[in-house]
Amino acid sequence: MIMRHLVEKLGYETLWFLESTGRMGLFLVRALASIFGKSFKFFPVVRQIHFIGARSVFVILFTGAFTGMVLGLQGYYTLRKFGSEGFLGSAVALSLIRELGPVLTALMVIGRAGSAMCAEVGIMRNSEQIDALECMAVDPYRYLIVPKLLAGIMVLPLLTAIFDVVGIFGGYLVGVGLYGVNEGAFFQGMYASVVWADVEMGLVKSLVFGLLLVWICTCKGFFLHLEQTGGFGAEGVSRTTTDAVVLSSVSVLVWDYLISALMI
Amino acid sequence: MANMTETESQNLPPAVIELLGVKKRFGRQLVLRGVDLTVREGRTLVIVGASGQGKSVIIKHMLGLIRPDRGTVKVFGRDLGKLGRGEMNEVRRDFGVLFQNAALFDSMTVYDNVALPLRERTGQSESAIRANVMEKLAMMQMEKAIDKFPAQLSGGMRKRVGLARAVVLNPKIVFFDEPTTGLDVNKSNEIYRLFYRSQQQLGYTAVIVSHDVPKIFKLADEVALLDEGIIQGCMPPDEFQLSEQPLIKAFVVETMGHLYSSDEEENGFYAQAES
Ligand SMILES: Nc1ncnc2c1ncn2[C@@H]1O[C@H](COP(=O)(O)OP(=O)(O)OP(=O)(O)O)[C@@H](O)[C@H]1O
Ligand SMILES: [Mg+2]
Repeated sequence: MIMRHLVEKLGYETLWFLESTGRMGLFLVRALASIFGKSFKFFPVVRQIHFIGARSVFVILFTGAFTGMVLGLQGYYTLRKFGSEGFLGSAVALSLIRELGPVLTALMVIGRAGSAMCAEVGIMRNSEQIDALECMAVDPYRYLIVPKLLAGIMVLPLLTAIFDVVGIFGGYLVGVGLYGVNEGAFFQGMYASVVWADVEMGLVKSLVFGLLLVWICTCKGFFLHLEQTGGFGAEGVSRTTTDAVVLSSVSVLVWDYLISALMI
Repeated sequence: MANMTETESQNLPPAVIELLGVKKRFGRQLVLRGVDLTVREGRTLVIVGASGQGKSVIIKHMLGLIRPDRGTVKVFGRDLGKLGRGEMNEVRRDFGVLFQNAALFDSMTVYDNVALPLRERTGQSESAIRANVMEKLAMMQMEKAIDKFPAQLSGGMRKRVGLARAVVLNPKIVFFDEPTTGLDVNKSNEIYRLFYRSQQQLGYTAVIVSHDVPKIFKLADEVALLDEGIIQGCMPPDEFQLSEQPLIKAFVVETMGHLYSSDEEENGFYAQAES
Protein backbone atom coordinates (compact mmCIF):
# COMPACT_ATOMS: atom_id res chain seq x y z
CA MET A 1 0.00 0.00 0.00
CA ILE A 2 2.68 2.43 1.05
CA MET A 3 4.80 1.19 -1.82
CA ARG A 4 2.04 1.96 -4.29
CA HIS A 5 1.54 5.34 -2.78
CA LEU A 6 5.24 6.08 -3.13
CA VAL A 7 5.34 4.99 -6.74
CA GLU A 8 2.29 7.09 -7.50
CA LYS A 9 3.82 10.09 -5.82
CA LEU A 10 7.09 9.59 -7.67
CA GLY A 11 5.30 9.33 -11.00
CA TYR A 12 3.26 12.39 -10.23
CA GLU A 13 6.29 14.43 -9.27
CA THR A 14 8.19 13.30 -12.35
CA LEU A 15 5.34 14.28 -14.63
CA TRP A 16 5.05 17.58 -12.83
CA PHE A 17 8.77 18.19 -13.24
CA LEU A 18 8.65 17.40 -16.95
CA GLU A 19 5.60 19.57 -17.44
CA SER A 20 7.02 22.60 -15.69
CA THR A 21 10.38 22.25 -17.39
CA GLY A 22 8.70 22.05 -20.76
CA ARG A 23 6.60 25.05 -19.91
CA MET A 24 9.65 27.06 -18.98
CA GLY A 25 11.34 26.09 -22.23
CA LEU A 26 8.33 27.11 -24.28
CA PHE A 27 8.08 30.33 -22.33
CA LEU A 28 11.61 31.29 -23.31
CA VAL A 29 11.12 30.31 -26.94
CA ARG A 30 7.91 32.36 -27.11
CA ALA A 31 9.51 35.34 -25.50
CA LEU A 32 12.59 35.25 -27.70
CA ALA A 33 10.46 34.77 -30.79
CA SER A 34 8.40 37.83 -30.00
CA ILE A 35 11.52 40.00 -29.85
CA PHE A 36 11.63 39.74 -33.60
CA GLY A 37 7.96 40.49 -34.08
CA LYS A 38 6.86 43.76 -35.56
CA SER A 39 6.26 46.98 -33.63
CA PHE A 40 9.15 46.50 -31.28
CA LYS A 41 9.51 49.41 -28.90
CA PHE A 42 12.72 50.35 -27.22
CA PHE A 43 11.43 52.68 -24.53
CA PRO A 44 10.07 49.93 -22.24
CA VAL A 45 13.51 48.30 -22.39
CA VAL A 46 15.06 51.53 -21.17
CA ARG A 47 12.63 51.61 -18.28
CA GLN A 48 13.54 48.08 -17.32
CA ILE A 49 17.24 48.89 -17.62
CA HIS A 50 16.59 51.66 -15.17
CA PHE A 51 14.67 49.32 -12.89
CA ILE A 52 17.14 46.44 -12.95
CA GLY A 53 20.29 48.42 -13.50
CA ALA A 54 20.25 51.87 -12.05
CA ARG A 55 18.55 50.83 -8.88
CA SER A 56 20.99 47.97 -8.34
CA VAL A 57 24.12 50.06 -8.80
CA PHE A 58 24.42 51.05 -5.19
CA VAL A 59 24.14 47.48 -3.92
CA ILE A 60 26.68 46.38 -6.51
CA LEU A 61 29.13 49.11 -5.51
CA PHE A 62 28.82 48.11 -1.90
CA THR A 63 29.10 44.36 -2.29
CA GLY A 64 31.80 44.75 -4.93
CA ALA A 65 33.94 46.87 -2.67
CA PHE A 66 33.66 44.52 0.29
CA THR A 67 34.19 41.42 -1.80
CA GLY A 68 37.38 42.93 -3.20
CA MET A 69 38.50 43.97 0.25
CA VAL A 70 38.01 40.55 1.76
CA LEU A 71 39.79 39.01 -1.23
CA GLY A 72 42.68 41.36 -0.58
CA LEU A 73 42.71 40.38 3.07
CA GLN A 74 42.47 36.62 2.65
CA GLY A 75 44.67 36.64 -0.41
CA TYR A 76 47.37 38.53 1.42
CA TYR A 77 47.46 36.08 4.33
CA THR A 78 47.51 33.04 2.07
CA LEU A 79 50.09 34.39 -0.36
CA ARG A 80 52.35 35.62 2.42
CA LYS A 81 52.81 32.02 3.58
CA PHE A 82 54.49 31.32 0.26
CA GLY A 83 56.22 34.64 0.19
CA SER A 84 54.44 35.62 -2.96
CA GLU A 85 52.46 38.72 -1.97
CA GLY A 86 53.33 40.07 -5.38
CA PHE A 87 50.67 37.85 -6.89
CA LEU A 88 47.93 39.56 -4.88
CA GLY A 89 46.88 41.78 -7.78
CA SER A 90 46.41 38.91 -10.19
CA ALA A 91 44.72 36.72 -7.56
CA VAL A 92 42.15 39.39 -6.75
CA ALA A 93 41.55 40.33 -10.36
CA LEU A 94 41.25 36.79 -11.66
CA SER A 95 38.86 35.57 -8.99
CA LEU A 96 36.69 38.63 -9.48
CA ILE A 97 36.64 38.63 -13.25
CA ARG A 98 36.24 34.89 -13.75
CA GLU A 99 34.01 33.92 -10.85
CA LEU A 100 32.91 36.25 -8.13
CA GLY A 101 31.98 39.25 -10.23
CA PRO A 102 29.39 37.55 -12.43
CA VAL A 103 28.05 35.24 -9.73
CA LEU A 104 27.68 37.74 -6.93
CA THR A 105 26.28 40.38 -9.26
CA ALA A 106 23.68 37.90 -10.48
CA LEU A 107 22.78 36.91 -6.92
CA MET A 108 22.42 40.55 -5.92
CA VAL A 109 20.27 41.34 -8.92
CA ILE A 110 18.09 38.31 -8.19
CA GLY A 111 17.51 39.58 -4.69
CA ARG A 112 17.11 43.15 -5.76
CA ALA A 113 15.18 42.97 -9.03
CA GLY A 114 14.39 39.32 -9.78
CA SER A 115 12.09 38.92 -6.81
CA ALA A 116 10.35 42.18 -7.68
CA MET A 117 9.84 41.11 -11.29
CA CYS A 118 8.40 37.77 -10.22
CA ALA A 119 6.01 39.39 -7.77
CA GLU A 120 4.96 42.02 -10.30
CA VAL A 121 4.16 39.51 -13.03
CA GLY A 122 2.55 37.17 -10.51
CA ILE A 123 0.23 39.84 -9.20
CA MET A 124 -0.67 40.76 -12.77
CA ARG A 125 -1.56 37.13 -13.41
CA ASN A 126 -3.54 36.90 -10.21
CA SER A 127 -5.64 39.95 -10.84
CA GLU A 128 -6.41 39.01 -14.47
CA GLN A 129 -4.26 41.83 -15.85
CA ILE A 130 -2.45 39.39 -18.11
CA ASP A 131 -5.79 38.04 -19.31
CA ALA A 132 -6.82 41.62 -20.00
CA LEU A 133 -3.70 42.16 -22.10
CA GLU A 134 -4.41 39.04 -24.10
CA CYS A 135 -7.98 40.10 -24.71
CA MET A 136 -6.75 43.43 -26.04
CA ALA A 137 -4.69 41.40 -28.50
CA VAL A 138 -1.58 42.78 -26.86
CA ASP A 139 0.97 39.98 -26.66
CA PRO A 140 1.91 39.73 -22.97
CA TYR A 141 5.24 38.17 -23.89
CA ARG A 142 6.18 41.11 -26.03
CA TYR A 143 4.70 43.67 -23.71
CA LEU A 144 5.75 42.32 -20.34
CA ILE A 145 8.52 39.79 -20.68
CA VAL A 146 10.68 40.89 -23.60
CA PRO A 147 11.70 44.29 -22.15
CA LYS A 148 12.74 42.58 -18.93
CA LEU A 149 14.71 39.89 -20.73
CA LEU A 150 16.55 42.33 -22.95
CA ALA A 151 17.26 44.63 -20.05
CA GLY A 152 18.58 41.71 -18.01
CA ILE A 153 20.92 40.62 -20.79
CA MET A 154 22.18 44.16 -21.30
CA VAL A 155 22.49 45.21 -17.70
CA LEU A 156 24.18 42.23 -16.11
CA PRO A 157 27.50 42.59 -17.99
CA LEU A 158 27.59 46.27 -17.12
CA LEU A 159 26.88 45.69 -13.46
CA THR A 160 29.42 42.90 -13.44
CA ALA A 161 32.00 45.24 -14.90
CA ILE A 162 31.28 47.76 -12.17
CA PHE A 163 31.51 45.02 -9.56
CA ASP A 164 34.88 43.90 -10.93
CA VAL A 165 36.38 47.37 -11.05
CA VAL A 166 35.18 48.33 -7.60
CA GLY A 167 36.28 44.97 -6.26
CA ILE A 168 39.77 45.32 -7.68
CA PHE A 169 39.97 48.75 -6.14
CA GLY A 170 38.84 47.28 -2.80
CA GLY A 171 41.55 44.64 -3.04
CA TYR A 172 44.03 47.36 -3.86
CA LEU A 173 42.99 49.37 -0.82
CA VAL A 174 43.48 46.49 1.56
CA GLY A 175 46.52 44.93 -0.09
CA VAL A 176 48.47 48.04 -1.00
CA GLY A 177 47.00 50.57 1.39
CA LEU A 178 46.73 48.46 4.52
CA TYR A 179 49.36 45.76 4.16
CA GLY A 180 51.88 47.61 2.11
CA VAL A 181 52.07 45.30 -0.88
CA ASN A 182 54.12 46.93 -3.58
CA GLU A 183 51.81 48.93 -5.82
CA GLY A 184 53.78 48.25 -8.94
CA ALA A 185 53.80 44.52 -8.27
CA PHE A 186 50.06 44.56 -7.60
CA PHE A 187 49.17 46.10 -10.96
CA GLN A 188 51.99 44.55 -12.93
CA GLY A 189 50.91 41.06 -11.81
CA MET A 190 47.38 41.90 -12.79
CA TYR A 191 48.30 43.13 -16.30
CA ALA A 192 50.46 40.12 -16.85
CA SER A 193 47.99 37.45 -15.77
CA VAL A 194 44.57 38.70 -16.89
CA VAL A 195 44.05 37.80 -20.53
CA TRP A 196 41.12 38.23 -22.88
CA ALA A 197 39.91 34.69 -22.19
CA ASP A 198 39.28 35.62 -18.57
CA VAL A 199 37.28 38.67 -19.50
CA GLU A 200 35.42 36.64 -22.08
CA MET A 201 34.47 34.04 -19.51
CA GLY A 202 33.16 36.71 -17.18
CA LEU A 203 31.22 38.28 -20.01
CA VAL A 204 29.65 35.03 -21.17
CA LYS A 205 28.68 34.21 -17.61
CA SER A 206 27.07 37.55 -16.96
CA LEU A 207 25.13 37.37 -20.23
CA VAL A 208 23.87 33.89 -19.43
CA PHE A 209 23.04 34.80 -15.85
CA GLY A 210 21.15 37.88 -17.00
CA LEU A 211 19.00 35.77 -19.28
CA LEU A 212 18.64 33.01 -16.73
CA LEU A 213 17.50 35.10 -13.82
CA VAL A 214 14.96 37.15 -15.73
CA TRP A 215 13.70 34.02 -17.45
CA ILE A 216 13.14 32.06 -14.27
CA CYS A 217 11.74 34.93 -12.24
CA THR A 218 9.27 36.17 -14.84
CA CYS A 219 8.25 32.67 -15.89
CA LYS A 220 7.44 31.69 -12.32
CA GLY A 221 5.27 34.76 -11.95
CA PHE A 222 3.69 34.35 -15.38
CA PHE A 223 2.53 30.80 -14.65
CA LEU A 224 1.65 31.47 -11.05
CA HIS A 225 -1.83 30.08 -11.55
CA LEU A 226 -0.43 26.73 -12.64
CA GLU A 227 1.73 26.24 -9.57
CA GLN A 228 1.32 22.85 -7.99
CA THR A 229 0.72 24.19 -4.53
CA GLY A 230 -1.88 26.67 -5.72
CA GLY A 231 -0.61 30.11 -6.54
CA PHE A 232 -3.58 32.13 -5.43
CA GLY A 233 -3.67 35.29 -3.40
CA ALA A 234 -0.95 37.13 -1.56
CA GLU A 235 0.43 33.93 -0.11
CA GLY A 236 0.71 32.35 -3.54
CA VAL A 237 2.64 35.35 -4.81
CA SER A 238 5.02 35.34 -1.86
CA ARG A 239 5.59 31.59 -2.07
CA THR A 240 6.18 31.70 -5.80
CA THR A 241 8.55 34.63 -5.43
CA THR A 242 10.58 32.75 -2.85
CA ASP A 243 10.67 29.71 -5.15
CA ALA A 244 11.80 31.87 -8.04
CA VAL A 245 14.61 33.42 -6.01
CA VAL A 246 15.83 30.04 -4.79
CA LEU A 247 15.57 28.40 -8.19
CA SER A 248 17.30 31.20 -10.05
CA SER A 249 20.09 31.44 -7.45
CA VAL A 250 20.72 27.71 -7.64
CA SER A 251 20.59 27.79 -11.43
CA VAL A 252 23.14 30.60 -11.50
CA LEU A 253 25.54 28.51 -9.43
CA VAL A 254 24.97 25.38 -11.52
CA TRP A 255 25.47 27.26 -14.78
CA ASP A 256 28.51 28.94 -13.31
CA TYR A 257 30.06 25.53 -12.90
CA LEU A 258 28.98 24.36 -16.34
CA ILE A 259 30.30 27.44 -18.13
CA SER A 260 33.57 27.29 -16.20
CA ALA A 261 33.97 23.63 -17.09
CA LEU A 262 33.24 24.32 -20.74
CA MET A 263 35.43 27.36 -21.15
CA ILE A 264 38.41 26.45 -19.08
CA MET B 1 -33.21 27.03 -30.72
CA ALA B 2 -32.96 23.67 -32.31
CA ASN B 3 -36.64 23.82 -33.15
CA MET B 4 -36.28 26.95 -35.22
CA THR B 5 -38.09 26.86 -38.55
CA GLU B 6 -36.32 27.45 -41.83
CA THR B 7 -37.85 30.83 -42.54
CA GLU B 8 -37.06 32.08 -39.08
CA SER B 9 -33.43 31.11 -39.34
CA GLN B 10 -33.12 32.97 -42.63
CA ASN B 11 -34.23 36.22 -41.07
CA LEU B 12 -31.88 35.93 -38.14
CA PRO B 13 -28.56 37.76 -38.25
CA PRO B 14 -25.55 35.46 -38.52
CA ALA B 15 -24.08 33.91 -35.40
CA VAL B 16 -20.86 35.55 -34.25
CA ILE B 17 -20.25 33.38 -31.20
CA GLU B 18 -21.27 29.77 -30.87
CA LEU B 19 -20.70 27.48 -27.94
CA LEU B 20 -21.40 23.83 -28.70
CA GLY B 21 -21.51 21.30 -25.90
CA VAL B 22 -18.90 23.09 -23.84
CA LYS B 23 -17.84 21.14 -20.78
CA LYS B 24 -15.41 22.39 -18.21
CA ARG B 25 -14.14 20.89 -15.02
CA PHE B 26 -11.94 22.55 -12.41
CA GLY B 27 -10.37 19.82 -10.31
CA ARG B 28 -13.26 17.84 -8.91
CA GLN B 29 -15.83 20.48 -9.68
CA LEU B 30 -17.76 20.14 -12.91
CA VAL B 31 -18.67 23.73 -13.69
CA LEU B 32 -20.05 23.56 -17.22
CA ARG B 33 -21.80 20.36 -18.25
CA GLY B 34 -22.47 21.02 -21.89
CA VAL B 35 -23.27 24.62 -22.66
CA ASP B 36 -24.87 25.49 -26.00
CA LEU B 37 -25.19 29.16 -26.70
CA THR B 38 -25.38 31.36 -29.77
CA VAL B 39 -24.78 35.07 -29.95
CA ARG B 40 -26.01 36.80 -33.08
CA GLU B 41 -24.60 39.81 -34.79
CA GLY B 42 -25.71 43.14 -33.36
CA ARG B 43 -27.72 41.48 -30.64
CA THR B 44 -27.36 41.72 -26.90
CA LEU B 45 -27.23 38.49 -24.98
CA VAL B 46 -27.60 38.69 -21.23
CA ILE B 47 -26.46 35.75 -19.14
CA VAL B 48 -28.10 35.48 -15.76
CA GLY B 49 -27.75 32.91 -13.02
CA ALA B 50 -26.88 32.56 -9.39
CA SER B 51 -23.44 33.41 -8.11
CA GLY B 52 -20.82 30.73 -8.73
CA GLN B 53 -22.69 29.00 -11.54
CA GLY B 54 -19.99 29.69 -14.10
CA LYS B 55 -21.09 32.82 -15.93
CA SER B 56 -17.63 34.31 -15.84
CA VAL B 57 -16.25 30.96 -16.95
CA ILE B 58 -18.51 31.06 -20.03
CA ILE B 59 -17.25 34.52 -20.91
CA LYS B 60 -13.65 33.36 -20.52
CA HIS B 61 -14.36 30.53 -22.93
CA MET B 62 -15.64 33.02 -25.48
CA LEU B 63 -12.50 35.08 -25.00
CA GLY B 64 -10.31 32.05 -25.56
CA LEU B 65 -8.76 32.41 -22.12
CA ILE B 66 -10.03 29.00 -21.05
CA ARG B 67 -10.13 25.97 -23.32
CA PRO B 68 -13.10 23.68 -22.93
CA ASP B 69 -12.52 20.07 -21.87
CA ARG B 70 -15.13 19.04 -24.44
CA GLY B 71 -17.05 20.92 -27.07
CA THR B 72 -16.18 23.82 -29.31
CA VAL B 73 -16.19 27.58 -29.12
CA LYS B 74 -16.53 29.41 -32.40
CA VAL B 75 -16.10 33.14 -32.83
CA PHE B 76 -16.75 34.66 -36.26
CA GLY B 77 -17.06 31.08 -37.43
CA ARG B 78 -13.53 30.17 -36.36
CA ASP B 79 -12.93 27.39 -33.88
CA LEU B 80 -10.90 28.98 -31.09
CA GLY B 81 -9.42 25.61 -30.16
CA LYS B 82 -7.72 25.38 -33.54
CA LEU B 83 -6.30 28.87 -33.69
CA GLY B 84 -2.65 29.69 -33.18
CA ARG B 85 -1.50 32.69 -31.25
CA GLY B 86 -1.46 35.09 -34.14
CA GLU B 87 -4.88 34.06 -35.38
CA MET B 88 -6.29 34.31 -31.89
CA ASN B 89 -5.03 37.88 -31.73
CA GLU B 90 -6.74 38.60 -35.04
CA VAL B 91 -10.03 37.46 -33.54
CA ARG B 92 -9.45 39.40 -30.35
CA ARG B 93 -8.80 42.60 -32.25
CA ASP B 94 -12.54 43.12 -32.33
CA PHE B 95 -13.15 42.43 -28.65
CA GLY B 96 -13.83 44.88 -25.89
CA VAL B 97 -13.75 43.29 -22.48
CA LEU B 98 -14.71 44.35 -19.01
CA PHE B 99 -13.64 41.79 -16.42
CA GLN B 100 -15.66 41.25 -13.30
CA ASN B 101 -12.95 42.86 -11.16
CA ALA B 102 -12.11 45.40 -13.91
CA ALA B 103 -8.51 44.04 -14.17
CA LEU B 104 -6.98 47.50 -14.51
CA PHE B 105 -3.21 47.70 -14.76
CA ASP B 106 -2.41 48.78 -11.26
CA SER B 107 0.97 50.31 -11.99
CA MET B 108 -0.55 52.73 -14.51
CA THR B 109 -2.74 55.77 -14.10
CA VAL B 110 -6.34 55.77 -15.22
CA TYR B 111 -5.36 57.68 -18.33
CA ASP B 112 -2.62 55.23 -19.29
CA ASN B 113 -4.92 52.30 -18.66
CA VAL B 114 -7.41 53.55 -21.19
CA ALA B 115 -4.70 54.69 -23.59
CA LEU B 116 -2.84 51.39 -23.56
CA PRO B 117 -4.94 49.57 -26.18
CA LEU B 118 -4.61 52.57 -28.48
CA ARG B 119 -0.88 52.85 -27.98
CA GLU B 120 -0.27 49.16 -28.49
CA ARG B 121 -2.67 48.49 -31.28
CA THR B 122 -2.95 51.63 -33.37
CA GLY B 123 -0.43 54.01 -34.80
CA GLN B 124 -2.35 57.04 -33.60
CA SER B 125 -0.51 60.14 -32.49
CA GLU B 126 -0.49 61.02 -28.80
CA SER B 127 -2.88 63.90 -29.40
CA ALA B 128 -5.39 61.70 -31.22
CA ILE B 129 -5.07 59.15 -28.45
CA ARG B 130 -5.64 61.85 -25.89
CA ALA B 131 -8.81 63.04 -27.57
CA ASN B 132 -10.17 59.51 -27.80
CA VAL B 133 -9.27 58.61 -24.22
CA MET B 134 -10.75 61.78 -22.81
CA GLU B 135 -13.94 61.26 -24.78
CA LYS B 136 -14.39 57.76 -23.40
CA LEU B 137 -13.50 58.80 -19.86
CA ALA B 138 -15.90 61.73 -20.04
CA MET B 139 -18.57 59.29 -21.17
CA MET B 140 -18.00 57.35 -17.95
CA GLN B 141 -17.65 60.58 -15.93
CA MET B 142 -14.15 59.70 -14.94
CA GLU B 143 -12.31 62.58 -16.60
CA LYS B 144 -11.40 64.11 -13.26
CA ALA B 145 -9.53 61.04 -12.10
CA ILE B 146 -7.12 60.61 -14.99
CA ASP B 147 -3.99 60.91 -12.85
CA LYS B 148 -5.13 58.51 -10.17
CA PHE B 149 -3.96 54.94 -9.83
CA PRO B 150 -6.50 52.09 -9.69
CA ALA B 151 -5.74 51.46 -6.03
CA GLN B 152 -6.91 55.01 -5.30
CA LEU B 153 -10.33 54.45 -6.84
CA SER B 154 -13.52 53.00 -5.45
CA GLY B 155 -14.86 49.76 -6.88
CA GLY B 156 -17.47 51.51 -8.97
CA MET B 157 -14.95 53.99 -10.34
CA ARG B 158 -12.68 51.13 -11.34
CA LYS B 159 -15.55 49.55 -13.15
CA ARG B 160 -16.22 52.71 -15.11
CA VAL B 161 -12.56 52.99 -16.08
CA GLY B 162 -12.73 49.35 -17.16
CA LEU B 163 -15.75 50.16 -19.31
CA ALA B 164 -13.99 53.11 -20.89
CA ARG B 165 -11.03 50.88 -21.68
CA ALA B 166 -13.28 48.18 -23.10
CA VAL B 167 -14.90 50.47 -25.67
CA VAL B 168 -11.92 52.65 -26.54
CA LEU B 169 -11.10 50.73 -29.72
CA ASN B 170 -14.71 50.64 -30.93
CA PRO B 171 -14.93 46.85 -30.72
CA LYS B 172 -17.33 44.67 -32.68
CA ILE B 173 -18.18 42.50 -29.71
CA VAL B 174 -18.22 43.66 -26.13
CA PHE B 175 -18.12 41.37 -23.13
CA PHE B 176 -19.21 42.98 -19.91
CA ASP B 177 -18.97 40.87 -16.78
CA GLU B 178 -21.25 42.56 -14.27
CA PRO B 179 -20.77 46.11 -15.58
CA THR B 180 -22.81 47.76 -12.87
CA THR B 181 -22.06 45.78 -9.74
CA GLY B 182 -20.81 48.23 -7.16
CA LEU B 183 -22.40 51.27 -8.78
CA ASP B 184 -25.28 53.21 -7.31
CA VAL B 185 -28.63 53.19 -9.06
CA ASN B 186 -28.03 56.47 -10.89
CA LYS B 187 -24.65 55.44 -12.17
CA SER B 188 -25.83 52.03 -13.21
CA ASN B 189 -28.78 53.51 -15.09
CA GLU B 190 -26.37 55.89 -16.73
CA ILE B 191 -24.10 53.01 -17.73
CA TYR B 192 -27.01 51.21 -19.34
CA ARG B 193 -28.10 54.37 -21.14
CA LEU B 194 -24.57 54.89 -22.40
CA PHE B 195 -24.38 51.31 -23.44
CA TYR B 196 -27.69 51.54 -25.26
CA ARG B 197 -26.73 54.74 -27.03
CA SER B 198 -23.30 53.56 -28.07
CA GLN B 199 -24.69 50.27 -29.25
CA GLN B 200 -27.24 52.13 -31.37
CA GLN B 201 -24.41 54.11 -32.92
CA LEU B 202 -21.79 51.42 -33.29
CA GLY B 203 -24.01 48.40 -33.63
CA TYR B 204 -21.80 46.05 -31.71
CA THR B 205 -22.72 42.64 -30.44
CA ALA B 206 -22.84 42.38 -26.68
CA VAL B 207 -22.55 39.62 -24.13
CA ILE B 208 -23.43 40.86 -20.68
CA VAL B 209 -23.43 39.07 -17.37
CA SER B 210 -25.64 40.89 -14.97
CA HIS B 211 -27.67 40.57 -11.81
CA ASP B 212 -29.71 43.68 -12.63
CA VAL B 213 -32.95 41.85 -13.17
CA PRO B 214 -35.40 43.12 -14.37
CA LYS B 215 -33.63 46.29 -15.52
CA ILE B 216 -31.42 44.39 -17.89
CA PHE B 217 -34.42 42.85 -19.65
CA LYS B 218 -35.01 46.20 -21.36
CA LEU B 219 -31.61 46.00 -23.03
CA ALA B 220 -31.48 42.33 -23.80
CA ASP B 221 -32.44 40.80 -27.08
CA GLU B 222 -32.02 37.45 -25.49
CA VAL B 223 -31.68 36.23 -21.94
CA ALA B 224 -29.95 32.99 -21.05
CA LEU B 225 -30.22 31.35 -17.68
CA LEU B 226 -27.23 29.33 -16.55
CA ASP B 227 -28.04 26.85 -13.85
CA GLU B 228 -26.48 23.55 -12.87
CA GLY B 229 -23.88 23.88 -15.57
CA ILE B 230 -26.18 24.13 -18.56
CA ILE B 231 -28.14 26.87 -20.28
CA GLN B 232 -31.66 26.25 -19.11
CA GLY B 233 -33.11 28.44 -21.80
CA CYS B 234 -32.19 31.28 -24.09
CA MET B 235 -35.02 33.47 -25.31
CA PRO B 236 -36.24 37.06 -25.64
CA PRO B 237 -36.87 38.72 -22.27
CA ASP B 238 -40.66 38.89 -22.50
CA GLU B 239 -40.77 35.20 -23.27
CA PHE B 240 -38.26 34.55 -20.52
CA GLN B 241 -40.39 36.23 -17.89
CA LEU B 242 -43.37 34.14 -18.79
CA SER B 243 -41.54 30.89 -19.37
CA GLU B 244 -42.99 27.77 -17.82
CA GLN B 245 -39.61 26.04 -17.67
CA PRO B 246 -39.40 25.29 -13.93
CA LEU B 247 -35.88 26.60 -13.30
CA ILE B 248 -36.48 29.76 -15.31
CA LYS B 249 -39.75 30.30 -13.55
CA ALA B 250 -38.08 29.83 -10.20
CA PHE B 251 -35.39 32.32 -11.18
CA VAL B 252 -37.92 34.90 -12.33
CA VAL B 253 -40.00 34.54 -9.19
CA GLU B 254 -36.92 34.71 -7.01
CA THR B 255 -35.40 37.79 -8.60
CA MET B 256 -38.52 39.80 -9.40
CA GLY B 257 -40.86 38.11 -7.00
CA HIS B 258 -42.44 41.31 -5.77
CA LEU B 259 -43.92 41.91 -9.21
CA TYR B 260 -45.79 38.66 -9.16
CA SER B 261 -46.18 37.40 -5.64
CA SER B 262 -49.13 38.40 -3.57
CA ASP B 263 -48.87 40.83 -0.67
CA GLU B 264 -49.27 38.01 1.79
CA GLU B 265 -46.18 36.30 0.55
CA GLU B 266 -44.27 39.58 0.79
CA ASN B 267 -45.45 40.14 4.32
CA GLY B 268 -44.54 36.59 5.15
CA PHE B 269 -41.04 37.28 3.88
CA TYR B 270 -40.59 40.35 6.05
CA ALA B 271 -42.12 38.68 9.06
CA GLN B 272 -39.62 35.89 8.59
CA ALA B 273 -36.79 38.35 8.26
CA GLU B 274 -37.81 40.24 11.38
CA SER B 275 -38.21 37.23 13.62
N1 LIG C 1 -9.58 29.25 -12.47
C1 LIG C 1 -10.41 28.53 -11.73
N2 LIG C 1 -9.95 27.46 -11.04
C2 LIG C 1 -10.77 26.71 -10.29
N3 LIG C 1 -12.08 26.92 -10.18
C3 LIG C 1 -12.62 27.95 -10.83
C4 LIG C 1 -11.81 28.81 -11.64
N4 LIG C 1 -12.61 29.76 -12.18
C5 LIG C 1 -13.84 29.51 -11.72
N5 LIG C 1 -13.87 28.43 -10.92
C6 LIG C 1 -15.05 27.84 -10.27
O1 LIG C 1 -16.08 27.83 -11.21
C7 LIG C 1 -17.31 28.21 -10.62
C8 LIG C 1 -17.95 29.30 -11.44
O2 LIG C 1 -17.20 30.48 -11.30
P1 LIG C 1 -17.64 31.84 -12.00
O3 LIG C 1 -16.65 32.86 -11.61
O4 LIG C 1 -17.83 31.61 -13.45
O5 LIG C 1 -19.04 32.13 -11.33
P2 LIG C 1 -20.06 33.28 -11.72
O6 LIG C 1 -21.26 32.63 -12.27
O7 LIG C 1 -19.39 34.28 -12.58
O8 LIG C 1 -20.40 33.88 -10.31
P3 LIG C 1 -20.57 35.44 -9.88
O9 LIG C 1 -21.94 35.85 -10.26
O10 LIG C 1 -20.39 35.40 -8.41
O11 LIG C 1 -19.49 36.19 -10.58
C9 LIG C 1 -17.01 28.62 -9.20
O12 LIG C 1 -17.51 27.63 -8.36
C10 LIG C 1 -15.53 28.68 -9.11
O13 LIG C 1 -15.12 28.12 -7.89
MG1 LIG D 1 -18.64 36.09 -12.37
